[in-house]
Amino acid sequence: MSLEALPLEMIVFVVTAVVAVVAALLVVLHRNPVVNAVALIVNLACLAVFFLLLRAPFLAAVQVIVYAGAIMVLFLFVIMLLDLKAELHPPRAGAFQRVMAVFAGAAFLSLMVLAMRRSRSTFAMKEVADAGHGTVERVAEEMFRNHLVSFELASVLLLVAMVGALVIARAFAETPDPQEPSA
Amino acid sequence: MRPPTEWYLAIAALLFTIGVVGVLARRNAIVIFMSIELMLNAVNLTLVAYADSFGASDAQVFVFFVMAVAAAEAAVGLAIILAIFRRRRSTSVDDINLLKW
Amino acid sequence: MLRWIWAIPLLPLAGFLANGLLGRRLSRRAIGTIACGAVLASFVLSVGAVVALSGAGEDLGAGGGPSLRWDPEHRRAQVTVGTWIPASAAGGLAVDWGFVLDPLSAVMILVVTGVGFLIHVYSIGYMHDDPGYSRYFAYLNLFMAMMLTLVLGSSYVVLFVGWEGVGLCSYLLIGFWYQDVAKATAGMKAFLVNRIGDFGFMLGMLLMFVHFGTLDIQTVAASAGGAGAAVTLIALLLFVGATGKSAQVPLYVWLPDAMAGPTPVSALIHAATMVTAGVYMVARSSVVYVNAPAALATVAVVGAATAFLAATIALVQTDIKKVLAYSTVSQLGYMFLGCGVGAFSAGIFHLVTHAFFKALLFLGAGSVIHAMSGEQEMPKMGGLRAHLPATYRTMLIGALALAGIPPLAGFFSKDEILGKAWEDGHLWLWMLGSVTALLTAFYVFRLIYLTFFGATRMSADARHHLHESPGVMTVPLWILAVLSAVGGLLGLPVALGFGNFLEGWLEPALASPLAHAAVEGSGHAAAGGHVWLLVVAALIAVAGWAVARTLYQARPEAPARIAARAGGLYRVLKGKYFVDEIYQAIFVRSFFGGAWALDRFDRHVVDGTVNGGGAGVQIAGQIVKLFHTGYVRNYALSFFLGVVFILWFLLVR
Repeated sequence: MSLEALPLEMIVFVVTAVVAVVAALLVVLHRNPVVNAVALIVNLACLAVFFLLLRAPFLAAVQVIVYAGAIMVLFLFVIMLLDLKAELHPPRAGAFQRVMAVFAGAAFLSLMVLAMRRSRSTFAMKEVADAGHGTVERVAEEMFRNHLVSFELASVLLLVAMVGALVIARAFAETPDPQEPSA
Repeated sequence: MRPPTEWYLAIAALLFTIGVVGVLARRNAIVIFMSIELMLNAVNLTLVAYADSFGASDAQVFVFFVMAVAAAEAAVGLAIILAIFRRRRSTSVDDINLLKW
Repeated sequence: MLRWIWAIPLLPLAGFLANGLLGRRLSRRAIGTIACGAVLASFVLSVGAVVALSGAGEDLGAGGGPSLRWDPEHRRAQVTVGTWIPASAAGGLAVDWGFVLDPLSAVMILVVTGVGFLIHVYSIGYMHDDPGYSRYFAYLNLFMAMMLTLVLGSSYVVLFVGWEGVGLCSYLLIGFWYQDVAKATAGMKAFLVNRIGDFGFMLGMLLMFVHFGTLDIQTVAASAGGAGAAVTLIALLLFVGATGKSAQVPLYVWLPDAMAGPTPVSALIHAATMVTAGVYMVARSSVVYVNAPAALATVAVVGAATAFLAATIALVQTDIKKVLAYSTVSQLGYMFLGCGVGAFSAGIFHLVTHAFFKALLFLGAGSVIHAMSGEQEMPKMGGLRAHLPATYRTMLIGALALAGIPPLAGFFSKDEILGKAWEDGHLWLWMLGSVTALLTAFYVFRLIYLTFFGATRMSADARHHLHESPGVMTVPLWILAVLSAVGGLLGLPVALGFGNFLEGWLEPALASPLAHAAVEGSGHAAAGGHVWLLVVAALIAVAGWAVARTLYQARPEAPARIAARAGGLYRVLKGKYFVDEIYQAIFVRSFFGGAWALDRFDRHVVDGTVNGGGAGVQIAGQIVKLFHTGYVRNYALSFFLGVVFILWFLLVR
């Protein structure tokens, strides 16, 4: 264990957790899509911090580079391109939907908590001997030794997605500049 | 003083739930997508927490793949939204209502 | 010849099938010929069979054809053509298609086929212009077949087949002109009231089977010995059936309404044959009744009461057929009275003579109605004697016979009944019967005077169409008139020194312990008393005629005055004691009330449940429909709720 039993870790965790949750709420609740996107980026960053705390530095890096850096940028591009306004009109699927969504979420959450309580006994803190856990080398070793095929398939998947996105985005390129969304 | 693993799991569950609510409660397709990303990330967090707890590296590999897939999915999905938006000038998913009685 | 008795009911049945199936394509002549021919053939066969019966010796050799069993002691030949319900080891009911010819059924088949034939011939003329010609004769033949089955049956079950069959034909023929709702309703009334009686009959049969283990007439008679509550009950229940079929109190109400049918039908079914089925049945079951004195007494009392009551109603009726209908009810009462005092052969004797003169009267009335172009109300007739001579003369003979004026047939048969009643000490019954005889003579001559004498009261239009009936109608009238006149020869009274032929002939077939006592006593002390009774009876009949003559010929204005004076009594009689209205109020209304309630129940509860089920499904569908909003988000929510539910189920159980 590199970090000492300092409350530092705890503090970091708590702060990051609060920020993450607030950001998540912003993603879901705020009207402005740009705010939503930025909040999501903040959330991803917080998660990266969590990864660091959990001895997964490589993944933290990948998270920031790929997720926050590429995917969210893509999101922002699309948002800007579409020039979305806020959701102006009242929902047509019924207000009931929103209420039920919250209720369902609460129910789900409580079930998750229950599940966690039930499985508490399996969480024996393990004394992990090696310090290489979570390093790039370890991850690479694991991946290329045991999951090579999956890796190759993932790369094929990315290729396919790329081509597909190009095709879809181009196929409907006849229309002029996008105007206001009329709902 | 390391936070117990359950706390990480709890945060993950909370984020996941928030993501679910976002998927169900928002009309804007892009925001729905973002909520999905939120959910995926919550799952990632769970996996990494367990990886740490058990000292297993396959969970981290799993997370890696999740991210790859999320990227692919985001790309294609946003392309679709773009295409649809060009047609209809709206991203509201409530416009998909041909099955309405 | 005796082997062929099963053909007697079958020939009219063949006629029914021929006319029923092919009638549309046949000419009137062919239809009439088939129908009458079938009955004539039955008659000839019957005559042959009866002759064979009377001459039969101790044994008849076995031969081919249906099995023939001969019982010399009872002079009884039974031919079994097949098995209906086979005998089983378990001892259940076994019924054979058996036909029995013995003295009693011999008398019946001769009357039925003979009078039936005359009426068939008459119908050719009467129904000549009716569009339902073939249907009429088909039904009439069917009736003959059923009646003969009834009379020849060896088992109560076969008898009941005929019983029900004649009831059916009665319904079909009463409602023959079914387009008229009133007539069709009359047919229904007859059938329904009969049904009530039949129910009693069936209960009686059931009890009979339980008690005796069989429904074969001969077997039951052999084992009916010993009085017992069961036998009495059986006898009473069977009599309930007879009450319905033979129009006694309280089930007589259908007979006056049955006049809605064609007049030959009234003559055949409701005078000569079907209504006598009850009397036949009682006589056939004489052994049973003799062993149930209480039941026998009931029969006598009911018969006498009916005779009296019906006669009172007949006094004031204005429809010519209704007078005759109530007269029939009354005379049937006489027959039951005869059987009830143990004089079964007297009852049968009256059955025979009544068949003659009542059929005659009905056919004559039909002739009058035919001549009057359908008018049946006597107040609209009068003075027809000059225009319808043959009809008048024959009807006069019939009236004399019905009134019981010697030496016509009615006198002898009626007297024998009353004589037996007096001899056995049933003074009240004798009194009632004699008063009824007075009334009978009165009303029948009232009918004659109103119809044939006096000033003509008919409309000019009817007068114009007046014509005597054709030969095909008057010849049967004359034949019946002759029979009414000389029919008394069958049963000349012992008291005057003659041998009562019919009584002797019927003796092997009937149980008459009372007759034995009478035979012992009649030849001596009672003989003198009996002559006195004969004289009294004759005087009563003449007195009745005299009163009628006074009121309706000498002083025609008198009846109206008497009616006005009698006032309430007159109204009650005219309204037939309001029995129909009472029945309507008590039974029909309550039945309809129950039916209405059940209808409501059926519609609201039963149908309601079924419809409710449908409505429930519909509502459920409406509710479920709410889930199909068409919005993807709602569906996604449903998915998620499903997931939550599964998780809950797995975690919380």
